[in-house]
Amino acid sequence: MTDNASKVMPMREAIARFVHDGDTVVIEGFTHLICFAAGHEIIRQGRRDLTLARLTPDLIYDQMIAAGCARKLVFSWAGNPGVGSLHAFRRAVERQGAATLELEEYSHFGMVARFSAGAARLPFWPLKDYMGTDLPAANPRIRSVACPYTGERLATVPALNPDVTVVHAQRADVAGNTQIWGLVGVQQEAAFASTRVIVVVEELVDEAVIRSDPNRTLIPGMIVDAVVVEPWGAHPSYAQGYYDRDNDFYVAWEGISRDPGRLEGYLEEYVRGVADRAAYMAKQPSLVARLKAQERYSSGVNYGF
Amino acid sequence: MAAVAARELADGEVVFVGIGLPNLACNLARRTHAPHLVLIYESGAVGAVPERLPVSIGDPALVTGSLMVCGMAGVFQLMLQNGRIEVGFLGGAQVDRYGNINTTVIGPYERPAVRLPGSGGAAEIAIHAKRTLIVSKLNPRAFPERVDFITSPGQRPDGKRRRELGMPGAGPVKVITDKAILEADEESGEMTLAALYPGVAVGDVQAGVGWPLARRARLGEVAPPTETELQLLRDVLDPRKLYLKG
Repeated sequence: MTDNASKVMPMREAIARFVHDGDTVVIEGFTHLICFAAGHEIIRQGRRDLTLARLTPDLIYDQMIAAGCARKLVFSWAGNPGVGSLHAFRRAVERQGAATLELEEYSHFGMVARFSAGAARLPFWPLKDYMGTDLPAANPRIRSVACPYTGERLATVPALNPDVTVVHAQRADVAGNTQIWGLVGVQQEAAFASTRVIVVVEELVDEAVIRSDPNRTLIPGMIVDAVVVEPWGAHPSYAQGYYDRDNDFYVAWEGISRDPGRLEGYLEEYVRGVADRAAYMAKQPSLVARLKAQERYSSGVNYGF
Repeated sequence: MAAVAARELADGEVVFVGIGLPNLACNLARRTHAPHLVLIYESGAVGAVPERLPVSIGDPALVTGSLMVCGMAGVFQLMLQNGRIEVGFLGGAQVDRYGNINTTVIGPYERPAVRLPGSGGAAEIAIHAKRTLIVSKLNPRAFPERVDFITSPGQRPDGKRRRELGMPGAGPVKVITDKAILEADEESGEMTLAALYPGVAVGDVQAGVGWPLARRARLGEVAPPTETELQLLRDVLDPRKLYLKG
């Protein structure tokens, strides 16, 4: 689809239309721009049997695992960055003899390579990796191939083509032309690898704003199915130039997630107990003053000819 | 440990920075003897000059003022696999006799007693960085003879030399602990006692290691942190004691 018709819709509609039970779902973003608002709506709509894929499951997948959305996790680092563990994840994996979550585990490079292959519509991606490690023994989908030119043995990982990828971004136009700055992670590869793409933005802008700075566009509208305007939709993750990471909440998650009762209480109050992200923000009025970003503008460039 | 680790970095080197103590060490080095150290974070920030100590390796302060922001494909393909990383810093729940590191599971993989976070970028850093430095406190549970799972390969994974397995980097050359520095022995590949902190006896180090520790013929003495290093660590870099504990 290449027309400029509006794809703007509420989060509720985007999740209802594009995320189905049993799907492989990717909510990407490396520390930056992790779309908690989409994860929370998936929990509210009670999706089941999802295969959740991400480099770093982070708090959002810990919450979705606790809420019973996930059948399988595909990942490369499952911790609470700078803090410790994801306890819902650990409970689902450490339960002796009755693990409730299937795992498919790579390293970061392996996951990046899987998205790169998926985005380029190749069946696999070669990389110099995994020699001497126990990862291929733990995951038989990590294999190897002899280079047809040099004979060198290269590791391979299979393409990852999600059913749906959610990308949080600073801004997009109504057609889904999406601009991201700051850490860009693997969002572009994940979006191009995916069958369906939901873009969630801090701000909806005119097409003219996008066209004034085209090098900042990571995702073109032609691959986007829905545009959701959701200010603060990444909290407690962050959006560069909009709001800071809520490190205090990441620290607090250690205590919340360690206790299944407290975790359930959190989901009841802040996820199932609110209608949408606006209500989530209204419950926590001090967040804006505490986390709103200061101004640090770039000097700009001349696109003239 | 942070001050000792910082001294291992030479000015102008390109360092792949992990979170925690390595992050502190790299920023200390940048403010003392290595102002031209190039910090590359897994998240994509290249030439980062963080104004605050980042809690996570994806902190927004890493982006502000950096030289370049890469996508993660760029980090792993254009920087790491391309051979641009001179030093990698690694830590882990378990480090063994040959510097293999486990950050994946305690116990069997299928039914772990403790599920740890996993590799992240550690496996490929251990394979590609020209040399790696391991930072970990001594404790026999953290230093078993053999790790439960090799996440990041050391000097003799599968009993073979790294070159035979096709690994570009030299692997772990030093283990910096809270009592001593161990170095990889050229011949055996074993992590070998090389230098002691002031007031530490050989027996104190052996007590924290789960294998009979070989030692160099002549042991060095690690110089204590200077006033400048301590002041920077305590007052400037980590005033909230995020990483400086004890």
